[in-house]
Amino acid sequence: MNIAVTGLNATDNPGPGVPLIRSIREGEGFSGNLIGLIYDSLEPGIYMKDIASKCYLIPYPSSGLEQLYQRILQIHEKEKLDLIIPCLDSELYGFAKLQDRLSAIGIKTFLPTIDQLNIRAKDNLFDFCKSNGINVPKNILANSLQDMYSIPNNFNYPIAVKGIFYDAYIANNFEEALTAFNKLRVKWGYPIILQEFIRGDEFNVVALGDGKGNMVGAVPMRKLYITDKGKGWAGVTLDNPILMEISKKVIEKVKWRSGMELEFIKSAETGEYYLLEINPRFPAWVYLAPSAGQNLPYALVRLAMGEDVEPFTNYTSGIIFVRSSWDLITSIKEYEKIATFGEY
Amino acid sequence: MTNYIVPQNVAISDSGFLFQPATGESYTLNEIGKLIFKMLQSNSSGEQIIEKVCEEYDAEAKSVERDLEDFITQLKHYSLLKLS
Amino acid sequence: MADKKRYERPVINKHYSGLMNKFGSRPTTAPKTEIDGVPVNDLVKQFGSPLYVFSEKQIRNNQRNALRIFKTRYPKVQFAWSYKTNYLNAICNIFHQEGSWAEVVSEFEYDKARKLGIKGEHIIFNGPDKSREALLKAIKEKAKIHIDHFDELYDIIELTQETNLKAQVAIRVNLDVGVYPKWDRFGFNYENGEATQALKRIMMNKNLQLIGLHTHIGTYMMTAEAYRIAASKLASLARFLKDEYDTIVNYIDMGGGFASHNTLIGQYLPAEEVVPSMEQFAEAIASGLYELNFKVDEMPTLILETGRALIDDTGYIISTVLANKRLSTGRRALVIDAGVNLLFTGFWYKHSINPAQDSGVNIEDTTIFGPLCMNIDVIRETINFPSLKKGDRVVIDYTGAYNNTQWMQFINMRPNVVMVMEDSTVELIRKSENLDYMLNREILPDKLK
Repeated sequence: MNIAVTGLNATDNPGPGVPLIRSIREGEGFSGNLIGLIYDSLEPGIYMKDIASKCYLIPYPSSGLEQLYQRILQIHEKEKLDLIIPCLDSELYGFAKLQDRLSAIGIKTFLPTIDQLNIRAKDNLFDFCKSNGINVPKNILANSLQDMYSIPNNFNYPIAVKGIFYDAYIANNFEEALTAFNKLRVKWGYPIILQEFIRGDEFNVVALGDGKGNMVGAVPMRKLYITDKGKGWAGVTLDNPILMEISKKVIEKVKWRSGMELEFIKSAETGEYYLLEINPRFPAWVYLAPSAGQNLPYALVRLAMGEDVEPFTNYTSGIIFVRSSWDLITSIKEYEKIATFGEY
Repeated sequence: MTNYIVPQNVAISDSGFLFQPATGESYTLNEIGKLIFKMLQSNSSGEQIIEKVCEEYDAEAKSVERDLEDFITQLKHYSLLKLS
Repeated sequence: MADKKRYERPVINKHYSGLMNKFGSRPTTAPKTEIDGVPVNDLVKQFGSPLYVFSEKQIRNNQRNALRIFKTRYPKVQFAWSYKTNYLNAICNIFHQEGSWAEVVSEFEYDKARKLGIKGEHIIFNGPDKSREALLKAIKEKAKIHIDHFDELYDIIELTQETNLKAQVAIRVNLDVGVYPKWDRFGFNYENGEATQALKRIMMNKNLQLIGLHTHIGTYMMTAEAYRIAASKLASLARFLKDEYDTIVNYIDMGGGFASHNTLIGQYLPAEEVVPSMEQFAEAIASGLYELNFKVDEMPTLILETGRALIDDTGYIISTVLANKRLSTGRRALVIDAGVNLLFTGFWYKHSINPAQDSGVNIEDTTIFGPLCMNIDVIRETINFPSLKKGDRVVIDYTGAYNNTQWMQFINMRPNVVMVMEDSTVELIRKSENLDYMLNREILPDKLK
């Protein structure tokens, strides 16, 4: 089986490609090749031993779908791909739109539908949660600078200012909000999400939905160490039925298809869990799932290949991940291969 | 045409990949770019370069000269050339 | 000569990390050498550069396709061509031949439609600017007047009293569909009851015949759901009219605003990925209207004033490279002979631009400038583009909407507009302007001669 995975950017703001490959390699009964699809010649996953057997540069989704499809076609001719697992938020719309064309040439995907992507899009989450009895912070969708002036009518500072795909800033006053707004506008465009800031501890759940309303598995985690970019650098699996229940509700209601990460905050004031975000792909800490007894990435592979997968029933709490920095050494000759020929 | 010096240790491979070890920058050149760069390295003059390009390629001296000017401007911009 | 290799400019590209990659050395732009089977070079040879080109085939396809999509979801559908999007006669008449009415927003557009032989009853007269003279003409010719504000309503009431004529009217309604920015400057507001107020006022007057309800929720809408909400709110007004006055409106006009496949400048993902399909818009509107629950023969006609989504991808601008430049930052720039005077939409779209000839495989990040001696004349701030020579041509895609109505006669005169017909012949549909044409309207006072 030949599986292509994106998101090999295991940087300080990591994509989940590397841990995904690691998980699939450890899947019981798995045999096959894992191929990296990369956007940059310096994605660390390219240079890691025993991760991707081969890497190919692909064009950014923002350069157009046809180009992406043509590039995948070239790679497919060489590698005979069975499955592509896109791992980055900004790719998902593109791949969702391409899935029929990919399937026509024999490449499977296991993606959320466009409607599901829209529900989880940061701007629609609020309505979805409200109508399903899930706590969620208040939101304003800013489409122009003008909308910033409606902040005081809606909530108090500090507020969270978030890009539609990535990036979030905490702003303590209007000026800070404005700075964050401008940064996000340039980088990700509109809309920009202005969100009520809820003080409390962060909790995350990695989960997998089968597209029919079943939660195939889920593992909750609490971040133990957070970097200045808000990324978990260490975390521990939890025994937390409330988080499991909310996650299950979301997957059932939306009939979620694909891997996902749910981000929660437990309000220091009320002790209630608020759903902050649904990320429509596995998180960068997904390797914690197989380590705790649920190989969710491999389960996704099996679902994609049309197998019946029994839901996981338990996992081990108290399993810790600690991320580390590790310098990989390579030479300019190796870099040349990928920079010049787009393959490594 | 003025003469130029290419900084030492700049290596260009067959694929057109150019690495400048002094700064750590790397570049990709197309076939003609590679040919011209190699000729500059071996101290060819502008006239020689134009002649050579017109000999191998279906091109007019006038347009090659114009393109060469632009190419040299770029090389200078990247500090891959300096005046001798 | 034959054994010589093909020449291409020498190129050096620096590798940046975290920016656009060069995967292999494949071109990211494919040459567009012909439009509907007619070579770009032939078009320029015959009609000059820059040149606007429209495709008759594509316009008809778009219109037929849209009609089919809506008709399979809702039984009674009528399109009305939005004149302001493109009011060249040849363009309008294709839509009229395809069965579309005219949707106009000024007396000028109204007269233009009448000159093309469109009957008053097939003209929808929209917009906040209708003079008493224009209103009187529209009343006499039984045009469908969509009232924008109370002052207009009072004008119509007065005119019908004075002339003892009946006016065919609808109201434009603005409403909250959960989308920003909210368009509340046109028409009567739904949520605060202003729309109901206007309807009551109309129903009280025997000279006014209320025939429809109209809304237009915005432009370049990226969400289909907004249309469902709008349709269901208009449906509730139609239900109110039936319950209170036993009046059944002939039609509900959902306006336009569907996004096209041009990508906005502030948008990260390409439009083709994020813009809802026509099917989704149709589905949303139909499901909103079905909330009416009227009997089948009482269901109002659905009118659509779709402009951009029908015409944007049928128009191109062919332009010629005037110069290559290297900016002080080392960045490459291209100057072409079509500027923002011709491509007004360049201010908000990242128009796709392709070379019209094979231009080699080396791509460089490039800025494309227009020919105007003005700093704002930028066609693309940044685009990965191959090397082009002076005299090479480029084709700018998706320029069909608004560019032939908002174009500027600024520094240069406007060039030819041609249409590639279904049989691949080429027709000139608007002649380029010349000095006589320009001077014709000017008057030089004697003192200044």
